[in-house]
Amino acid sequence: MAYEMQPDFGTPARDGAPVTLTIDGRAVTVPAGTSVMRAAAEIGGAIPKLCATDNVEAFGSCRMCLVEIEGARGLPASCTTPVAAAMVVKTQTPRLEKIRRGVMELYISDHPLDCLTCSANNDCELQDTAAQVGLRDVRYGYAGENHLGQAPDLSNPYFAFDASKCIVCSRCVRACEEVQGTFALTIEGRGFDSAVSAGAAADDFLSSECVSCGACVQACPTAALNEKSVAEIGKPERAVVTTCAYCGVGCTFRAEMRGDQLVRMVPWKDGKANRGHSCVKGRFAWGYANHADRITRPMIRESITQPWREVSWEEAISFTATRLKAIKAQYGARALGGITSSRCTNEEAFLVQKLVRGGFGSNNVDTCARVCHSPTGYGLKTTFGTSAGTQDFDSVEDSDVILIIGANPTDGHPVFASRMKKRLRQGAKLIVIDPRRIDMVRSPHIEAAHHLALQPGTNVAVLTAVAHVIVTEGLADEAFVRERCDWDEYQDWARFVSDARHSPETLEPVTRVPAEELRAAARLFATGGNGAIYYGLGVTEHSQGSSTVMAIANLAMATGNVGRRGVGVNPLRGQNNVQGACDMGSFPHELTGYRHISDGDTRAQFEAEWGVALDAEPGLRIPNMLDAAVDGSFRAIYIQGEDILQSDPNTHHVAAGLAAMDCVIVHDLFLNETANYAHVFLPGSTFLEKTGTFTNAERRIQMVRRVMDPANGYEDWQVTQLLARAMDLDWDYSDAGQIMDEIARLTPSFAGVSHARLDAEGSLQWPVNEAHPDGSPIMHVDGFVRGKGKFVVTEYIPTDERTGPRYPLLLTTGRILSQYNVGAQTRRTANSVWHAEDVLEIHPTDAENRGLSSGDWVKLASRAGETTLRALVTDRVAPGVVYTTFHHPDTQANVVTTENSDWATNCPEYKVTAVQVMPSNGPTAWQRDYEAQAQQARRIEAAE
Amino acid sequence: MNTTDHLIKMANQIAANLAAQGREVAIRETAQHIIDFWDPRMKAGIAAADHAQLSEIARAAVGIVTAKA
Repeated sequence: MAYEMQPDFGTPARDGAPVTLTIDGRAVTVPAGTSVMRAAAEIGGAIPKLCATDNVEAFGSCRMCLVEIEGARGLPASCTTPVAAAMVVKTQTPRLEKIRRGVMELYISDHPLDCLTCSANNDCELQDTAAQVGLRDVRYGYAGENHLGQAPDLSNPYFAFDASKCIVCSRCVRACEEVQGTFALTIEGRGFDSAVSAGAAADDFLSSECVSCGACVQACPTAALNEKSVAEIGKPERAVVTTCAYCGVGCTFRAEMRGDQLVRMVPWKDGKANRGHSCVKGRFAWGYANHADRITRPMIRESITQPWREVSWEEAISFTATRLKAIKAQYGARALGGITSSRCTNEEAFLVQKLVRGGFGSNNVDTCARVCHSPTGYGLKTTFGTSAGTQDFDSVEDSDVILIIGANPTDGHPVFASRMKKRLRQGAKLIVIDPRRIDMVRSPHIEAAHHLALQPGTNVAVLTAVAHVIVTEGLADEAFVRERCDWDEYQDWARFVSDARHSPETLEPVTRVPAEELRAAARLFATGGNGAIYYGLGVTEHSQGSSTVMAIANLAMATGNVGRRGVGVNPLRGQNNVQGACDMGSFPHELTGYRHISDGDTRAQFEAEWGVALDAEPGLRIPNMLDAAVDGSFRAIYIQGEDILQSDPNTHHVAAGLAAMDCVIVHDLFLNETANYAHVFLPGSTFLEKTGTFTNAERRIQMVRRVMDPANGYEDWQVTQLLARAMDLDWDYSDAGQIMDEIARLTPSFAGVSHARLDAEGSLQWPVNEAHPDGSPIMHVDGFVRGKGKFVVTEYIPTDERTGPRYPLLLTTGRILSQYNVGAQTRRTANSVWHAEDVLEIHPTDAENRGLSSGDWVKLASRAGETTLRALVTDRVAPGVVYTTFHHPDTQANVVTTENSDWATNCPEYKVTAVQVMPSNGPTAWQRDYEAQAQQARRIEAAE
Repeated sequence: MNTTDHLIKMANQIAANLAAQGREVAIRETAQHIIDFWDPRMKAGIAAADHAQLSEIARAAVGIVTAKA
């Protein structure tokens, strides 16, 4: 689309009963509660405004939007005046014109008149409003006291704050409060001295509490807060709506372009996942797309001890296919496999699994969900019948009690966290179950009613104790259970949880959660109204990850919290398309739509469509592939968009597995850590360079649109197609839409999905089919997908990972707001200013016992390995618990994590590793060796 | 941990987590879990492993898997 600013109706939409009024002689009907300003905007009447914008509530300070209302005294502000039946409004009269012009004159008398050289020139509401009111002169001159000439605050890497261009409309302050919920900004001083401040006098934007979500920049009507990229490149000339490639929230953005250059990413107001909000990653951290480290030419080598050799696409594909065919001929189809990417599109994941099943001839396909939400798939399919969350994000607006377990939404899913915080500020109650005092426990205007700071590894024990309280105190919703669930199974479960050994008091020594606190939390969840459970990897990445997911489902069913708005079981998915990658048949035992490979009817559909016979036996999961590689029965792997050497547990074992293979194909943007062990490097394309779809955590399928040509020459699905053709498959897709059409033909839950429909409707939430033609924002409304909801008895079984004299502390790992996953993208942006290295959080008591202070180098050692990093002494972690992130390869936190995994899915137990921490004076021998090996492995032969 | 030890640990873990369903159900479901989720070489590997290291439920389940193979 040609560049236009997004429409701004001035104040938020309302959903009251219809009210009809007359504005400038035209009848308009809007919901009760709508402002006169918005009603006028709905019929195209733009009342001049400065302090109003439709992302925040009306403020009524600028006096630009005054109107005349018949029978009303004075001139009310249209932004703060709600419509009324039969109201007659005039928005443009000589009296109003005069007042507005006078107000505007005052604003401009203290504003620099450098419009022609201003970064917001022709994209500035102040400029537009001055034109709108017909300002032609400023009578007061510019010689008086003013705010001009102040030095701009350039501390934030992505945007500048120029106070001399600020009109103190408070839009930024209100956006920070109402939209983001951080409360980092304020108006300091009074009267003429009023100024936007990022906190204490010594604070600039970078040192303040600001989380760089961009809401203030979006809200600013002038150039006071503006993207540096706009200042550098210029005003965008076109905009394309696309979907973010970071977390599972799936924010939609307008990629605002100038030529083929991306100027800025602006959250799309019509996006149903983000509702016009963004975080520092999606909004600003896209510079990796053009980073100098990007590899854009294919490379091959005979062995991993050789340097890379740049070759043509033809040679790279031919080399790869020849090797794969030779391995298949010698070792059989089951010696080959592949990994689909949660960072690639549905269409691309579908093709990779199709290549593995139909071309390689095995079911050895897996995806990164193996190491994150595979227990969600297992647990929710077992209990509810569908491997996905039950709600849309909007549902939280109706929640009364929010239970967060093993998730850190402000860091992992920040845009949804803002919506959650908004609901909490409205009065919903919060329960947090987490070993760490995450930000949600206590932040401005938010305080958890209960924080159950459990011992890592005891999720099942805690949830069983919660269930014990609910059942033994008669708080279960038996009417719901009788109607919706298997009553006999419920009774078995109720008997199990009612046993005295599951009481909070009995389990307190294990969980370390005070029994009374746990009882109070259980009572609140069961009796507090609509109860919604949100969880993350702190649930799944345990040896009992699947049991915990089922325990969560049990709780939701027992309290009747499934099947309507405000309730539900909500896995907060990690990567942008992890839901989609799972939907697309990326697991070794399932075809698309979670249908088991052993099912003959399902297999027959695929065989007919693809013209090949499929193996009826499940394939290998990633950890099993690595085991088999070490054993010699798994010899080749095609890895699209994943870096298993950095992301998967027990780095030594991953390296050994990769090194044992004859052909490792890495298809990625950068020479990642896994590529150190690769024989073929196929350059990938960024989300800005391809067309397809992502599916977010609420099952919402959204378009990803190509805004620039791929730097490597091909979209990723095209590269997979090249490889498939070289493997003698007759694929002939001319665009990604054809791939989606095939997915729809083969997948009942996607039957009604097409690119054309997504273009027309914006997004669809699966299932989309004959039974649900418009999609399914909320699941299990009239009954569970599996029929009756299934209660599963979940016995608490402690992990094998135990602390002891050698390893007395428990390590748990996670992520931080500014970095993403293995950091391949965000480390190549200015986001590293907030998190330049992984650090180890350690409690003051544990630090003191070891003589450690913040900033000290420490050695972190487990039974699996050891690394060094800097310490951060903080009481965010409990005594006995330490925490770090895994964003940086030079730390490689996963050299420490073990092979322990979830009993049902082999999801690694990242969250519980027994470790010792001690002072250190430098990198470990492993880190030095790794660095040397990586440098060797990344050599690229000079082109001839 | 070598692959066989890993398979034994996995089978015992599955059996332990399903044990609360009752012995007969646990045996049946452990067997079905292995059938549904394990690659043929893993099934062959557990069949050839030292069954003395398997729990009673896991051992019975592996027996079912082997019989169905």
